[in-house]
Amino acid sequence: MTKQHAGPRTGPGVVPGKRHARARADGRPRSAYPYALYLPAAVVYLVIFLVPTVMAFYFALTRWTLFDSTFVGLQNFRDFLAEQNLRIGFQNTLVYAVVTSGLKVVLGLLLGVLLTSKLRLRGFLRSVVFFPVLVSTVAVGITFSVLLKPDTGLVNQALGLVGIDGRDWLGDATTALLSVALVDVWKGVGIATVIYIAGILSIPQDYYQAVAVDGGNAWHRFRHVTLPLSWPATYSVIILSFIGGLRTFDLIWTMTRGGPGFTSDTIASIIYKQYQAGFYGLSTAGNVLLFLVVTAIVVPLNYFLGKRQAAL
Amino acid sequence: MRAVRRFGAEAVALAAATVIFLVPFAFMLLTAVKNEKQATDLDFSWPTEWRIVQNFTEVIEARDFVLLRAYLNSTILTVVSVALIVVFAAMAAFVLQRRAGRIGSVANFLVLSGLIIPPAIVPTIWLLQALGLFKTMPGLILVEVAFGLSYAVLLFRAFIAAIPRELDEAAMIDGCGGMRLFFRVIFPLLRPVTITVILTSAVAIFNDFVNPLYFLPGDDNATVQVTLYNFQSQYNTQWNLLFMDIVLITIPPLLLFVFFNRKIVAGMTAGAIKG
Repeated sequence: MTKQHAGPRTGPGVVPGKRHARARADGRPRSAYPYALYLPAAVVYLVIFLVPTVMAFYFALTRWTLFDSTFVGLQNFRDFLAEQNLRIGFQNTLVYAVVTSGLKVVLGLLLGVLLTSKLRLRGFLRSVVFFPVLVSTVAVGITFSVLLKPDTGLVNQALGLVGIDGRDWLGDATTALLSVALVDVWKGVGIATVIYIAGILSIPQDYYQAVAVDGGNAWHRFRHVTLPLSWPATYSVIILSFIGGLRTFDLIWTMTRGGPGFTSDTIASIIYKQYQAGFYGLSTAGNVLLFLVVTAIVVPLNYFLGKRQAAL
Repeated sequence: MRAVRRFGAEAVALAAATVIFLVPFAFMLLTAVKNEKQATDLDFSWPTEWRIVQNFTEVIEARDFVLLRAYLNSTILTVVSVALIVVFAAMAAFVLQRRAGRIGSVANFLVLSGLIIPPAIVPTIWLLQALGLFKTMPGLILVEVAFGLSYAVLLFRAFIAAIPRELDEAAMIDGCGGMRLFFRVIFPLLRPVTITVILTSAVAIFNDFVNPLYFLPGDDNATVQVTLYNFQSQYNTQWNLLFMDIVLITIPPLLLFVFFNRKIVAGMTAGAIKG
């Protein structure tokens, strides 16, 4: 760009500059991309994230007060798997992740198709669907726990209008977890939708024209073009919502606090409860288990879905 | 006939989306301006009395202006964390994209791990305590930076891949070292993606509840999300004030959304669609 200027202007500075650009003592060219640029990010990441992650594997095997720890072997894990209140967390975490990501895929795809069609209020609808993504989870949690109240809640009043008897959605052990999962979908389907919109818009028009030439209708266009070719979007939505769903804490905590009883506890909320109760070793064991669950599911899923994507 | 059906379908879609996505917000707003007695009903009704100003001042003054302090804390937390994330992630992403090799693949692996692995809570507290940073704002800022880096690096790396290497070479011939090359030549070019990173990280950190709950407990330095959570138990007789608080906390993301909708959506879909 400014090659002509630099030479004369820098004068004596050229010499170190050249040495920088050309060679080092070992004869390899000195890179213009010094590893020093990694340094600030690496220090923060290693100290604040990686060290605790690795140390967790040790502290999970101890009875721990933050100041001193006694090695107890696998006792914490045994507790976790033996006690009903703790074990239920696994099941709930999986149910929550599967339900939320499944619904986000289905609804996100439907909304994505709808909002890429020639709808006049497309822009408005896109904004409306996306906005909840940006609202704080605590605010959403509080609002919906009010809307879901048994007698006065808006949801039950609306259901009453069409003749359905609502129930105490969050106070009932059979519906609490699923209700929270549905609120999660309400809040998060906007991301799935915009990912699908981006995916659908990147499909070349030729494919749709080919269907039209063959006399296909809207269903054929969806079934044979949109659905298979938006696979990369599906892949992203599944991975993202699975990771989010398995780690979920704030919505559960603001809506049910794991209740009634322990019936809507997830692994993340159990980690918090055990931490509050001062069982630091047990809490950390929960963290290690969550780590194992997440990697045991996401890594194979990523591999499997990635292979399908490559095959396409 | 087709036009009628099309219009009908549009009307249905619009009505459904409005009911499902806007009614909860309308409910927040209406409850926030009701008087205490009517708000207790918690129903979806028109306010009999509009107490916008009174409720607003009452929430602000509650518990010795805790909400104002919380806003200040949240602002500091968001601004400082986002600034550090932008600079650190852009630097790292530049080397990561330009320089392959063993260190590069380790770094790549760590970036992906950062996206997937749930942070180990109590060991992080233990570490922060050892550093004297537990229950301090700098400690929480470092936590937000550490957890937010991976996503920002991904966004920056994808953008840097589109910047031609010839530019680096030209700058080097002019005598730029690595640091000057990055800060004087590359970083200014990253403006579009920098805005995207700022917006997505700012929303995430401002709305973050979990990390302040664990790493910065206590009323003095509570962030707005923690304050809202505490208000929930304190105000369960004064629902109008609770919802006024919710409305106030929803305003900053709403403003970002109004002005930067496209940028935010771009940031959240970037990297998701590679195919």
